[in-house]
Amino acid sequence: MAISDQRMLELPAATNGQRPLGVFRRPTATTGWRSWFTTIDHKKIGILYGATALVFFALGGLEGLIIRAQLATPDNTLVDADTYNRIFTMHGTTMIFLVVMPLMAAFANYFLPLMIGARDVAFPRLNGFSYWVFLAGGLFLYSSFLLGGAPDGAWTGYPPNAGLTFSPGHGIDFWILGLQITGIASLVSSINLIVTVLNMRAPGMSLMRMPVFVWMQLVTQFLLLFAIPVITVALFLLMFDRFFDANFFNVEMGADPLLWQHLFWIFGHPEVYILILPAMGIVSEILPVFSRKPLFGYPFIVFSGIAIGFMGWGVWAHHMFVSGIGPVAVAAFALSTMFIAVPTGVKVLNWLATMWKGKIELRVPMLFAIAFVAQFVIGGLSGVTHSISPHNTQQHDTYYIVAHFHYVLFGGAMFGVFGGFYYWWPKVFGRHLNEGWGKLHFWTMVIGFNLTFGPMHILGLQGMPRRIYTYAEGMGWDFWNLAATVGAFLLGASFLVFVWNIVASRNNPPAGADPWDARTIEWSVPSPPPPYNFAVEPTVTHLDDFWHQKYTENEFGHLVRRDTGEEVHSLDEHGAPVADEAHPSADGVDEHDIHLPSPSYWPLVTAVALPLIAYGLIYTYWLVGLGALLVLVALYGWATEPPVDPEADHADHGPEPHEPAAEHDPAREPVAVGVEEDEE
Amino acid sequence: MSAEVTDTVATPGTSVAASTTGAAAGAHRTSTGLSNEKLAMWIFLGSECLLFGGLVSSYLLLRRNVGDGPGPHDIFDIPFTSVSSFVLLMSSMTMVLALSAIQRGDLRANRVWLCATALLGSTFVAGQVYEFTAFYREGLGYTTSVFSSAFYTLTGFHGVHVTVGIVMLLSLVVLSLRGRLGQERSEAVEIVGLYWHFVDIVWIIIFTIVYLIP
Repeated sequence: MAISDQRMLELPAATNGQRPLGVFRRPTATTGWRSWFTTIDHKKIGILYGATALVFFALGGLEGLIIRAQLATPDNTLVDADTYNRIFTMHGTTMIFLVVMPLMAAFANYFLPLMIGARDVAFPRLNGFSYWVFLAGGLFLYSSFLLGGAPDGAWTGYPPNAGLTFSPGHGIDFWILGLQITGIASLVSSINLIVTVLNMRAPGMSLMRMPVFVWMQLVTQFLLLFAIPVITVALFLLMFDRFFDANFFNVEMGADPLLWQHLFWIFGHPEVYILILPAMGIVSEILPVFSRKPLFGYPFIVFSGIAIGFMGWGVWAHHMFVSGIGPVAVAAFALSTMFIAVPTGVKVLNWLATMWKGKIELRVPMLFAIAFVAQFVIGGLSGVTHSISPHNTQQHDTYYIVAHFHYVLFGGAMFGVFGGFYYWWPKVFGRHLNEGWGKLHFWTMVIGFNLTFGPMHILGLQGMPRRIYTYAEGMGWDFWNLAATVGAFLLGASFLVFVWNIVASRNNPPAGADPWDARTIEWSVPSPPPPYNFAVEPTVTHLDDFWHQKYTENEFGHLVRRDTGEEVHSLDEHGAPVADEAHPSADGVDEHDIHLPSPSYWPLVTAVALPLIAYGLIYTYWLVGLGALLVLVALYGWATEPPVDPEADHADHGPEPHEPAAEHDPAREPVAVGVEEDEE
Repeated sequence: MSAEVTDTVATPGTSVAASTTGAAAGAHRTSTGLSNEKLAMWIFLGSECLLFGGLVSSYLLLRRNVGDGPGPHDIFDIPFTSVSSFVLLMSSMTMVLALSAIQRGDLRANRVWLCATALLGSTFVAGQVYEFTAFYREGLGYTTSVFSSAFYTLTGFHGVHVTVGIVMLLSLVVLSLRGRLGQERSEAVEIVGLYWHFVDIVWIIIFTIVYLIP
């Protein structure tokens, strides 16, 4: 006891500008670049996800620019048909699996624990594993460019076109195995995040007090949980066809290629909501903050999100209206597709009502959020037109479809993501992105986006098919194709503005803990948050709890400011905790009493083994054995390694072990557990 | 109370042990009351339902395409498969006995029943290998027909799941022998048991759909 009390006194608080990241490391991993390879801190993993996805975004964007450059003029010969097929296949696959999904995972990793008042996710090492597996899958997929050609079967990979007869090269093999690997990452991550949200909420954080972003991520993770195994089955069947001469899609033997379409779209349609629901969550966080109003109809937004999650499983065959599935199926899926627009419309109306009569501040995150709502409505309405099956037959596989899903996935999801970047940047890095560059970024992006994809509606209705590498002169498509290409390069420029903004903002003054006067509890901790997130586990009493800590109503029903955000948690103006009579709970947190799980090599080692197995399947089977052996060793190493290193001595402050926190101050450390009987 | 105490995990439930012992100490708390590990296994099994759902649906769609090869009821040996199914179902009972043993602190009985479960599971897998070999000799190769591909893939996936379960059971036995699986960690046995029972239930479905329904 005495030791603990003494230690408490001698410990400094987390001081401003000094992130005490080195404190909790195992001896093998120090601070600096090396720590990123073994980190299991959800915040660092979130940053890794985001940074990696942005690199893939640049790659996928380049592929998009090649597509647009090729289509700028009729009969263009910039790339040949074969290269064009590879480029658009990789563009779609990259943007969906290696950009939008990991970007949403980045936000989920970083903010779910912070928003529910937890110190980390439920399984920190599995979290690291998910990231490394995602990276391994992405690099594996891209290595196909160097190893005999990228996949060329489109992101949908329909057999028999993707079968061995019509795609004899290794491209499709890379595609199958790459998606299997990233699928493992998504599945593990979804289990981890679901457990985190269900199990690790702070006291008082009931489900209906969770921020909408958490809700939408929860729905998304359930969709992933159930959708990933379906695509896994589909990919396995195709893989067995290609590798072991199975007959799943062998039409000569009487197989039915429609099986692939069903399996793919049972995954593929929930996947659409996997991509858009988190963006809806981000926007639902941004709109209230910059409208200075609570979110209108919180329960409606939550329940319509859940409804979308359920109904998303019943609409898949609208991707197959021209596949000959029969009039009854077409009618049923047309109806369900119309119905799913209802909960989506509920959300849109709630967002509008949130802004209605609000004191709207047009800061950059708000601009992106408003653009999200507008463009998502356009994309959503063109989506409803697909449900009218005669109309669908007309527009199937035309540029109208391309326009539609880019309005939803780029105009929707990616605008939500960029809004999220500008909104949470000060929380993650402690500094704002520049407002001026941000506005330039926004306007070039909004103009470039609409100039690129708006004209595709017209092209599609004029009959221009998608996935063609060139078109003849005199089809009436020349002008709008050129316009779209100009827009695409403007979009490319807007991304460069964003990158420049990151560079230009690196020396901005510290933003403080709560720069936007925001509503949710992630803003109550310093920026950037300390490794343990919350010095004291928060107790939640309201929806938008942080807002209610800052504001109250006077006797006339007027809003009165109680505390500044900094004062609520005794932070100084830079977001560092200060000792204070009124807030004894925040005075000098004893970091030694907060035991975070130790970093580990095993997630990385296990992840490295997976592409080894995949290369082995393609080239030589002994590599499969090597990879499998490595997986086995790594899993056992992982399982027998204690989550918290017993040798971790918090070297900055002296090596002696100390008493568990719960013994000297239970209130301070409500979740600490003595587990001496745990490890031998 | 020395170095071990520093294993304390402030993040709720980052280890199996923290959750089980924590629940005993009353200091550990999760929002649902279930430990993270058990909840994760339940959620994972939910995902597995869709995996086998996809495989079973594919089989149902493709099973009539027997081509020139033998069809399902030309080759199935229902009595043999019934016996091996019975063996697998009995392994669920020994699994329950293993859990019950560790919960009352009888570590030796726990190991015996875990081994028995693994043995019964291995018997089932051995039966499957025998069956596959027999089918192959009767002319049903993996590439013979659409039906054969679907049949071997579906049952093969299940066999791999049983094999993974056996590996987990034997790992528990080794842990127990090394004194690392005491009464307070009975939840580890329970979680492996969840997986094991799930795999058994899936077999009931596969056996019914593939072997019994004409």
